[in-house]
Amino acid sequence: MTTKLFGEPVQRREDHRLLTGGGRYVDDLGRDALAAAFVRSPHAHARIRDIDVTAALDVEGLVAIYTWDDLPERVGRPLPLLIPHPALTHGRTALPLARDVVRHVGEPVVMVVATDRYAAEDVCARIEVDYEPLKPVVGPEQAVSGVHLVHDDVPGNVGAHLVQEVPGPDGRGAREAIETAPHTLSFRLDIERSAATPLEGRGVYARWDGRDLRVYSSTQTSTSVRMAVSAVLGVPLPQVEVIAPDVGGGFGVKIVHPWPEEILVPWAAMTLGREVKWTEDRREHFVASAHERGQVQHVRVGFDDDGRLLGLDVTILHDHGAYTPYGIIVPIVTSTQLLGPYKVGAYRVEFSSLYTNTVQVTPYRGAGRPQGVFCMERTMDKIARRLGKDRAEVRAANFIQPEDFPYDQGMTFQDGRPLIYDSGDYPRMLRMLKELIGWDDFERAPGRGIGIGCYVEGTGPGPYEGGHVQITSDGQVHVSTGLTSQGQGHETAFAQIAATELGVPIERVSVVTGDTRRLGYAVGTFASRAAVVSGNAIALACRKVREKALRVAADALEADPADLEITEGVVHVAGAPQASMPLSTVAVLANPLRYAFDEETARATQFAGAADPNRPPVAEGDEPGLEGREFYSPIRCTFAAGMHAAIVETDPDTAEIRIVRYAVVHDCGNLINPMIVEGQIHGGVAQGVGGALYERMVYDEHGQLVNASFMDFLMPYATEVPHVETAHLQTPSPLNPLGIKGAGEAGVIPVSAVVASALEDAEGIPIDRMPISPSELFHLRTSGR
Amino acid sequence: MKPPPFAYHAPRDLGEALRTLAEVRGKVLAGGQSLIPMLNMRLAEPSDLVDINRVAGLDRLERTADGVVVGATVRHADAERARAHPLLTRALKLVAHPVIRNRGTVVGSLAHADPAAELPAVLAVLGGHVRVARWDGGVAVRDVPAAGFFAGPMEPAIEPGELAVSAFFPALRPGTGSAFLEIARRHGDYALAGVCAVVTVDDGRVATARAACIGVGPVPVVVDVGPACTGRPPGEADWAGAAALVREAAEPEDDIHATAAYRGHLVGVLAERALRDAAREGAAARAG
Amino acid sequence: MRDETRFEITVTVNGAARRLRVPARRLLSDCLRHDLGLTGTHVGCEHGVCGCCTVLLDGRPVRSCLTFAVTVDGSKITTVEGLAPGDGRLSPVQRAFAECHGLQCGFCTPGFLCTVTALLADNPAPTEDEVLEGISGNLCRCTGYQNIVKAVHRAAELRAEES
Ligand SMILES: Cc1cc2nc3c(=O)[nH]c(=O)nc-3n(C[C@H](O)[C@H](O)[C@H](O)COP(=O)(O)OP(=O)(O)OC[C@H]3O[C@@H](n4cnc5c(N)ncnc54)[C@H](O)[C@@H]3O)c2cc1C
Ligand code: FES
Ligand code: FES
Repeated sequence: MTTKLFGEPVQRREDHRLLTGGGRYVDDLGRDALAAAFVRSPHAHARIRDIDVTAALDVEGLVAIYTWDDLPERVGRPLPLLIPHPALTHGRTALPLARDVVRHVGEPVVMVVATDRYAAEDVCARIEVDYEPLKPVVGPEQAVSGVHLVHDDVPGNVGAHLVQEVPGPDGRGAREAIETAPHTLSFRLDIERSAATPLEGRGVYARWDGRDLRVYSSTQTSTSVRMAVSAVLGVPLPQVEVIAPDVGGGFGVKIVHPWPEEILVPWAAMTLGREVKWTEDRREHFVASAHERGQVQHVRVGFDDDGRLLGLDVTILHDHGAYTPYGIIVPIVTSTQLLGPYKVGAYRVEFSSLYTNTVQVTPYRGAGRPQGVFCMERTMDKIARRLGKDRAEVRAANFIQPEDFPYDQGMTFQDGRPLIYDSGDYPRMLRMLKELIGWDDFERAPGRGIGIGCYVEGTGPGPYEGGHVQITSDGQVHVSTGLTSQGQGHETAFAQIAATELGVPIERVSVVTGDTRRLGYAVGTFASRAAVVSGNAIALACRKVREKALRVAADALEADPADLEITEGVVHVAGAPQASMPLSTVAVLANPLRYAFDEETARATQFAGAADPNRPPVAEGDEPGLEGREFYSPIRCTFAAGMHAAIVETDPDTAEIRIVRYAVVHDCGNLINPMIVEGQIHGGVAQGVGGALYERMVYDEHGQLVNASFMDFLMPYATEVPHVETAHLQTPSPLNPLGIKGAGEAGVIPVSAVVASALEDAEGIPIDRMPISPSELFHLRTSGR
Repeated sequence: MKPPPFAYHAPRDLGEALRTLAEVRGKVLAGGQSLIPMLNMRLAEPSDLVDINRVAGLDRLERTADGVVVGATVRHADAERARAHPLLTRALKLVAHPVIRNRGTVVGSLAHADPAAELPAVLAVLGGHVRVARWDGGVAVRDVPAAGFFAGPMEPAIEPGELAVSAFFPALRPGTGSAFLEIARRHGDYALAGVCAVVTVDDGRVATARAACIGVGPVPVVVDVGPACTGRPPGEADWAGAAALVREAAEPEDDIHATAAYRGHLVGVLAERALRDAAREGAAARAG
Repeated sequence: MRDETRFEITVTVNGAARRLRVPARRLLSDCLRHDLGLTGTHVGCEHGVCGCCTVLLDGRPVRSCLTFAVTVDGSKITTVEGLAPGDGRLSPVQRAFAECHGLQCGFCTPGFLCTVTALLADNPAPTEDEVLEGISGNLCRCTGYQNIVKAVHRAAELRAEES
């Protein structure tokens, strides 16, 4: 393999169009489409008494108004519950339009279609909905009290309750181990609600030609949207295409499907026989998509004199909002990934997943890990403080050692498979981090502290992804995979894999993602799985195509395939460069239909060997063309890891908090493109800084989201994000052919834990709740000292 | 988030603008950086919008010995570039982001009268005024002193049918230093609390000292802290005592970003820092 | 509801004069995207905070979501589509963003490019603090800004090399 691109910081191939205004996001398409808008509930909890549209009927531009009553039976059913779980005894999903009760501010009640969005909003403003307000349930503690119910038929507001126990090495349970431990601590930790908040909101655009339905959606999974749309609308699957065009960020929120709008917009397009488009605006995104993070965690821990964990008992109250379309993935991830790079002795974790009258909760980059890591890392710091030990040392005392891999944590992970870590080197990683940040030489001063946080992230879960590779007679390599892209640079990273595997210049490779016309089976982009699962599928597909190319070329060159190599897109006999043939010619030869459409085809006919008249032109088991499709289905997740450290400074008077240094050591196995991985980490850290110091969803007691705008939901600007220093460790995954692990979510995971650690160090006050603002620090100081 | 429909007027001269305003009682559109977000969110639904950006003569910024007169369509960015007044220039750098300042107007910021906005405090601490005009058979103007201009949060003393045509920021006397300090959650956000201070040093002693604070009351609060610090050299004045006066005058409230107690505390801290900075600058100006 | 009055405006967009009829409330962002088909200008918040919609109005960056199209009659507008010199090459700012991996999903990118183009025209060799201040009104949810800051410095270099 001479064209070695795997591992190189290749410049991105998607950039040219994105830099020149040539990107195509959903709202850039369908210029003549009708526009949809929604009347959404202004109440957190209310009964709908009446909907009066009369005042809206003479609005110029009005095309249609739909309420739940207008929906056909199959369209008006509750939306699917995607990931059922036995512990989710009371899963509930929303109706596409509310029928009689609304359960959060922002729930869609009426759909309006008009000639443009301005007119559609004019119509919405004139529709009068008469509500009878009901008592709202806000916050997990009010939910757990069970006084008022979000769903009449869900007692105590408990959607799911799950206890998981892993006995210690001596067979004892966590509670018993803690009772008899030399030291114990118990405390409560809180993480507030936040959200993914991509800069492009959601969007759906649908076209119906009377037979075929084409839907464009700003989604992280076009194949699943397609299946959902087909199932709900009753259009046969082969007649539905879903395309995820350029997507302006996802970070988890766009994995949910089908959104009500993904059903209603295509349905309206079919009903009206017109193109219909809905572009979510910022206010809608705050109140009608999904949030995450909010969790209360009670911890009890027992440990020995060296700070080694003997037992850990964690009870989690998880606020999942009004509905559970995505099951209970978030608290499951928290309760498993909380373990981090440690051996925890005996472990017990219990969670209650609770309904509240707030926006539903589904995974946001990190997906429950930031909460779990906050829990574990705060625990480590508290142990160190209790024992008067160095915080890094306490962590090191609990690490899983390099020789322990594969290491079985004894639990079931989010993919339903055993939680077995595949590889890693945590002690080395800690040494690298300490060196990078200068841990041992840090000069502590009042208002200046250092903090640390470690995590392990299960990445690349199955069930599968596919790769399709086709080499056409012009020598171009067309790669497609079904999962979607939201800025991760897949067009580049996957092209690097293909170019390396096939031995072609990267300029000849083009990659398409998220288009169900090209590959109908895929899962989606989430859980840091794209590179691992699609990357390996593409590699396998390339290997298959390469093998065929060598076989076809060997025939024509009368050589042994084993003697052939592909360099710069040319197949040649090793050591005999004159006996060669470009892949373009091989592609022609691979197809016995040899019409001379172009010069290449004409030229190729000269290589065609004499056909054996007694055998079919396409041999049994073979296919025409130089193409191949392979699926990669991982046995279980691969486990990436990282450790971050930060130095913070606080102002003694104003309580302002400044991160002065931020260091990351990261291990995601083999790197396909270090530049892209680095970019993912930067972005994750910035989101983490947002989560640690700026971003929170603030609900008042009436269930109103009081900061539903970018003025008040404080996403950091460049001025708020510190410089990020990075170092990489590469412990390849033994589980997949490329030895890679996922990197998409990594950066965000430990940031709240790290900042809390550093702040606690600077201030000498326990930091048990994140995010933290200067105002809150001020109050901790005045009450805590 | 699309604005509701409205009737649009783009008068070319002041008379036409005032006649239109008298007739339709519409909302004035200046830079639009506060008004358009409210329209986009449909928090305001005016029937008529009177765009003053094409009105001749309102885009002038004039410097005289007495101070600076800023016309109604002078953008923040242009006023900042003109460096016509040290305190105004300082404050402008704290208003939003550079791109917003390319459109937003100085007078619009005053007319918007946001309690957390910087420019109202500058006008107030300097004792400037806003010139307001209306149509009364001809152009009739009145000057509203800052003390009376900020009637309440988002409530300027501009009557329906009136237009603020300019604002006057008095020049600093010789030997006067100024400072504007604020704490915002993010760079460019409206401040949680802020203080601007003006201190005059005469013969090596503090002669006058005033401060105005933002974000801690319905309108910018101006406090004459002279009683606590005049008559002493800047290095020996009781700035903490002066700051305490500012803090006492503040009426902060809780919101989602900060508690009242924290805001009150911040005002004290910032007032002391700002007064010291202003005094230092005043002393240096006198010396130089 | 009555039909809205439309106003005839002429704007020079990326060098070409365009004549349109727009209702008074038409936001410049929508006018560019939907009336003129210049979808490179993005909309991320419609309340002035994110900066995705930033375009150059008579050379200065402004929020197109906080500007009514009717008010820019007679002005010159440059959008992301008009930043490249036109010979198939990219402008120094565009090239620097590609080189430094200053974009991921690309949604914030047009706003950054317009802002930075104006910033460097004003201040060809900005300091680190001036760069941060200059881009402080643009949100990016993907890159963590690290490489955007790098790209601004790199663009300054490229501009200097080329002049
Ligand atoms: C993201 C963002 C951040 C911001 N941060 C800050 C900040 O930190 N500090 C700050 O001070 N401001 C901030 N602003 C507001 C900005 O400074 C506004 O531009 C300013 O407050 C209003 O000026 P304008 O010219 O845009 O007024 P417009 O938006 O046009 O008008 C505002 C109000 O004043 C009235 N008005 C305007 N001019 C006149 C006049 N001449 N006569 C009578 N009435 C008039 C209008 O009718 C309207 O009610 C921010 C804005 C944004 C979008
Ligand atoms: S869309 Fe204009 S600033 Fe966000
Ligand atoms: S690159 Fe995605 S928001 Fe900036």
